[in-house]
Amino acid sequence: MTPQSNFMVLAPIIPERETELRQLLDSMNRAPGQADSNNSLLPFAEFDTLHFARFVILDDKTTEDVRVYGLNPRIYPLYLAFLGDVDGDANAFLDKLSKRAGKGLGKIFSCCEGFPPDTDLLAWMKQHDAPAIAAYVNWRGRTVRRIREEAALYEALENYLDQNHSNLGGLPPGEVHEKLRSFVGAEQSAGRLSLSRERATPIGWQIKNLLHMIGVPLLGLLLAPLLLVLAPFYIFALRRLEKSDPVVCPSADHKHSENLSRFEDHDVTNQFTAMGSLKPGLVRLLTTIGVLKTVNYGARHITRPGRLGRIRSIHFARWVFVAGTDRMIFCSNYDGSVESYMDDFINKTGFGLNASFSNGIGYPRTNWLVRDGCIDERNYKEYLRRHTLPSQVWYKAYPGLSAVDLERNTRIRQGLEISSMTAEQARDWVALL
Amino acid sequence: MSEVDYADVQGLLRFGYGHMTSASYVLLRVKNAHTAKAWLRSAQVTTAVAQKPPPNTAMNIAFTAPGLRALGVSESIISGFPHEFRGGMGQESRARQLGDVGTNAPSNWTWGGHGHEPHALVMFFAEPDQFNPFIQRSRDRNWSEAFEEITSLGTSDLDGDEPFGFSDGISQPQIDWEQQLKRPCTQLGYTNVSALGEFLLGYRNEYGKITDRPLLEPDAATEGLLNAQDAPTKKDLARNGSYLVMRQLEQDVRCFWKFLYDQAGGNLANAYQLGAKMVGRTRAGDPLVPMQSEPIPGTDPHTASQNQFTYESDPVGARCPFGAHVRRTNPRNGDFPGRRLSLLRKLVIMLGFGPKGFYEDLTSSVRFHRILRRGREYGSELSPEEALQPPPPNESARGLHFICLNANISRQFEFLQNAWVANTKFSGLTGESDPILGNRESIPGCPITSNLVMPAEGTLRRRLSGLPQFVTMRGGAYFFLPSLRTLRYFAGSETG
Repeated sequence: MTPQSNFMVLAPIIPERETELRQLLDSMNRAPGQADSNNSLLPFAEFDTLHFARFVILDDKTTEDVRVYGLNPRIYPLYLAFLGDVDGDANAFLDKLSKRAGKGLGKIFSCCEGFPPDTDLLAWMKQHDAPAIAAYVNWRGRTVRRIREEAALYEALENYLDQNHSNLGGLPPGEVHEKLRSFVGAEQSAGRLSLSRERATPIGWQIKNLLHMIGVPLLGLLLAPLLLVLAPFYIFALRRLEKSDPVVCPSADHKHSENLSRFEDHDVTNQFTAMGSLKPGLVRLLTTIGVLKTVNYGARHITRPGRLGRIRSIHFARWVFVAGTDRMIFCSNYDGSVESYMDDFINKTGFGLNASFSNGIGYPRTNWLVRDGCIDERNYKEYLRRHTLPSQVWYKAYPGLSAVDLERNTRIRQGLEISSMTAEQARDWVALL
Repeated sequence: MSEVDYADVQGLLRFGYGHMTSASYVLLRVKNAHTAKAWLRSAQVTTAVAQKPPPNTAMNIAFTAPGLRALGVSESIISGFPHEFRGGMGQESRARQLGDVGTNAPSNWTWGGHGHEPHALVMFFAEPDQFNPFIQRSRDRNWSEAFEEITSLGTSDLDGDEPFGFSDGISQPQIDWEQQLKRPCTQLGYTNVSALGEFLLGYRNEYGKITDRPLLEPDAATEGLLNAQDAPTKKDLARNGSYLVMRQLEQDVRCFWKFLYDQAGGNLANAYQLGAKMVGRTRAGDPLVPMQSEPIPGTDPHTASQNQFTYESDPVGARCPFGAHVRRTNPRNGDFPGRRLSLLRKLVIMLGFGPKGFYEDLTSSVRFHRILRRGREYGSELSPEEALQPPPPNESARGLHFICLNANISRQFEFLQNAWVANTKFSGLTGESDPILGNRESIPGCPITSNLVMPAEGTLRRRLSGLPQFVTMRGGAYFFLPSLRTLRYFAGSETG
């Protein structure tokens, strides 16, 4: 299995170069925010292990919100974030990137602080790495290559079925399965379809993953006595904060909202980037870290492939601290429109939303960390909309395919690998077609 | 909790005025705000108070955001309305979301569209013999001075059928006018009862919350408005109002029956069956899945044979395809997959360890996405047999003036249209959108969206392909349907 990993290069923009940077980024697009996959600055399509990528200018308009705590807003530099999700090791990918698209990337990053003409791009990108505190991968091990092969397989099968419906229609599922297996076998031999074998899981990754899987609960166990002693104090402090933290959910600026819409719904998948400041104080910071570490652990070791709780529409997601611990961004790639994404979340995973976002300033009031909060639907949606940033450039390696499409195609391929199915298996498999 | 003052609510929210079979929808632009207000002050707007005998004429009025501006409503008030209402249906990004692209694009509409929004919609309903005199009475001298008529959309009475010849308007949500529902709470299984706040602004919705709307400071002008339930010191401009979505959908009845007839190999009975698969009901309106014995909350026992069903008995879509129009627009589900669930089981499902089947738990819970349909047909009746004959020269168009009411356009109408009707990825499907309403436009990575998969029990599915576009958008807009108090506020006083 080839595990997925992610990278995020984060660097402050030179204020005088912002306009130029925005123009450069726009020049990479074919529609608002939609990358031309063969653009000359960074021809994404040439990198066949890249799932998603985006450039975002982190123009957070909500930094004034800290005033509700009587704090003066800090002046932050404007950051550029370049992030992506890849097959295999992220550093190896950055290496490839700097070799093959070094010139274009250099042009972009030269608009950032500390990037003189002779900079070693790879070293610079690594230096400006902003690691995710929590990350989610829809289907660990499913590579871009496999996704494309499985999509081609699905299409070939559908066309074959349409052409041969008179022979196949009415056959019991087991026989349909058998016939399709031999069709695919023949197509593979003829070189019209390829279903490449999975590569061996890198041993280093396996060890690290195992250590993480055992290590985190072990650490939890070791700290348990201490945590138990602290728990009442923590709960008391959190409950007090929950009751008193101000809610800041004004209606998002109409122009901002309309501008975001320009970037949305060009593909069946959309990008989402939200940014905000954390509520002040150690309790909120520790809660954030605790919740996100838990999410990360669960996403990595416990969730079923294709699912985050009941949600099946997220391809990749991550939470990242932006230079320090004051502010965070959340980035995801999800299917459908933002409204359905929000509704799905509120109704299916409201508890998770509340736990992970309620430490942001102004979030609708929660109770016991997981209750209420986003149930205040309209306020919650305005809150997120207000914190959402447009992605100046967004790339997806498999346009037109939703995460559920990918799951169906994978299930079909897996089914073809079984030489003889039970009647029930065959029935469910044929229903996928 | 306060009772609903029906005298303050426009009648359309409570009644479809079925016995008034004549109707027309007049789209207006305000030429002269002063006389427009004078006309509004004298207008006899029909309320939701039940009358015996029922009235034989009715009139209801709604405004777009530009319309409110034209009446002199201040920007600070308008900014209290939701984004979608302010932006309008024809805005480019929104059109993309709603599937209004290609031939459906706002640039092709005969009315409405960004920058061309009507200001007001006046809906006239009457019994046939009362209709002309009623309209003439209403279009008085003030009217012609106040308004420019963009168009007057006529309707026709097709006796409960829509132009393709299928019985329409069978299923409607039952509104909890008495506010008996306890919300928020988890709903296991399908219920047809909707919280009042899903349709009437200023009341609690399915989340137990009151939707955002303009709240005004009390002063002499706002004196006549009701106070907000959740902010008693403020005046609630939207209370007892709703949003009205209007879309003129032209239906190509000849193309529809010709396609089905050809697909059915020239057999009309088979064409009817195929049509039923596309719609999800037979022409008479019967569902394709059996009626369940257990009653569904909010379903009238008199219409049980057509409404007392869910798709639980048809998990793979063998009887009613997932993509069928009525299954897309009302999947009849609850908040969780499965009905009798223990707390532990719910927790297991929430954490993502519920049912493993591919098609399970893919569709959002329907109770947050209901609409109240109030549309009417236009054009003359055309039977399937007639539709297969060559058309006469200069045939006039047929279709539906789709009208729906909801309290949250983006969560109700737009969600339904975007995530369910236009979505080529609905419920695990791909390469197809609503077989009736779909625009068949390709999307990036999906050149074909004109299929319909019809699963079969225990064998291969049948896939229809090359569905033509049967329905074309001709115009549309988002309106605010104010309460009578708010109408009076908009109309102002004689001196003001």
